Amino acid sequence: MTDFAERILRGDVRAIARAISWIENNRPEKESLIDELFPHCGNAQVWGITGPPGAGKSTLLDKIIELERGRQKKVAVIAVDPSSPFSGGAILGDRLRMQSHATDEGVFIRSMASRGHLGGVAQATCDAIKVLDAAGFDLIAVETIGVGQTEIEVVELSDLVLLVLVPGLGDEIQAMKAGVMEIGDIFVVNKMDRDGALKLKAEIEYVLGIQFADHPENMKPIVMTAASMNEGIDDLLTAIDGYVAKISQNGSLQDKRKSRLKSEIRQIFTQKVSAHVNRKYDFENRLDEWVDAVYRKKNGPYSLINEKLNLFLRECNWL
Amino acid sequence: MKKIIRILIAKPGLDGHDRGAKYVARALKDAGYEVIYTGIRQTPEAIVKTAIQEDVDFVGLSLLSGAHNELFPKVVRLLREQQAGDIIVFGGGVIPDVDIPQLKVSGIETVFTPGTPIADVIQFIEANRERVSQ
Repeated sequence: MTDFAERILRGDVRAIARAISWIENNRPEKESLIDELFPHCGNAQVWGITGPPGAGKSTLLDKIIELERGRQKKVAVIAVDPSSPFSGGAILGDRLRMQSHATDEGVFIRSMASRGHLGGVAQATCDAIKVLDAAGFDLIAVETIGVGQTEIEVVELSDLVLLVLVPGLGDEIQAMKAGVMEIGDIFVVNKMDRDGALKLKAEIEYVLGIQFADHPENMKPIVMTAASMNEGIDDLLTAIDGYVAKISQNGSLQDKRKSRLKSEIRQIFTQKVSAHVNRKYDFENRLDEWVDAVYRKKNGPYSLINEKLNLFLRECNWL
Repeated sequence: MKKIIRILIAKPGLDGHDRGAKYVARALKDAGYEVIYTGIRQTPEAIVKTAIQEDVDFVGLSLLSGAHNELFPKVVRLLREQQAGDIIVFGGGVIPDVDIPQLKVSGIETVFTPGTPIADVIQFIEANRERVSQ
């Protein structure tokens, strides 16, 4: 085992932080590091926290950290914010709401820019979770960017997803739609002191009630909170504990983790194949020529690509 | 691919004047850097822990209350104690010219006083890019 990996296993903060940077910058060393750490992973619970911008995800997390620290758990947070599509820069401001834990040795907070990755998290999030898991954190909370309707990748990274909603974003038709509304394991109606909070709760109940009409025992919990006033957090943790106990007992936690690995392995494989083929084919250098041909309507995009790809695959004896 | 530089913009001390810090944070984002912003009234201890967890390349400290001679060097000292002396620390805010030489001696790389064009800050960061890219 390398010295660097050992430092991570010992919980050395500098090493953990540096490892996450390696992952973010896609340094070649990251692969062997992750493989070294991997046998030590699997002890942490991973919670995803998602919801629209301004729903109170960071503030809620701040209060959750407080209670979990009271239960002697070591907590790590990965807080994802969007990168600018123009400059590539980012303002990472989630930890502002959690700075009261900045000097607590049992809390590690890392802000992460999405760096062009869609889906509500960053490309690096998945491997960063492994580093934190191996480093001995009991709870790893992944806070997504503020999501709209389709950014659901967090579900592939976490054991459970808290979907944080607030009143005033639309009627029950919004709650019935596909996408983000489907990925919550626990629904949180935050800012419960505001008008419309009870109505929102009733709308979610209505929609979930239809979904689970035949299996009411699977009904998802809906918890009302006012995070900034520290209200309802106990109820939320009770709901989470209940959910975790349930998925641990009925085997769905194992299933989730296995399907997580499946999508991860698929993704790594696809990326590697695609990078390898692109390189071997010298794709970037041919791209302009193709664009030109398609732009001048000499070829349709499909016929051009099929023709070129077939030629290439034949050359490789893959056809 | 060029490494994306990470910068912590932090406000030690008790003043709540964060307009300058926010302006700089925003401008650095537009210049293509990842900027972590912690908000006002941070202790040097919290700033140093944050800088290490976030693995930043630079820490920019903004202070308008007059406690810079105390708090700026303390951040540098604590970083060095944590074997993180390679993180480059710069300052900004209402800092009298007469205090700047001593701040530099204590490890503050440079100080940007009111009226500094943002281009100067970006130029400073770019001039140190090699240093932080190892």
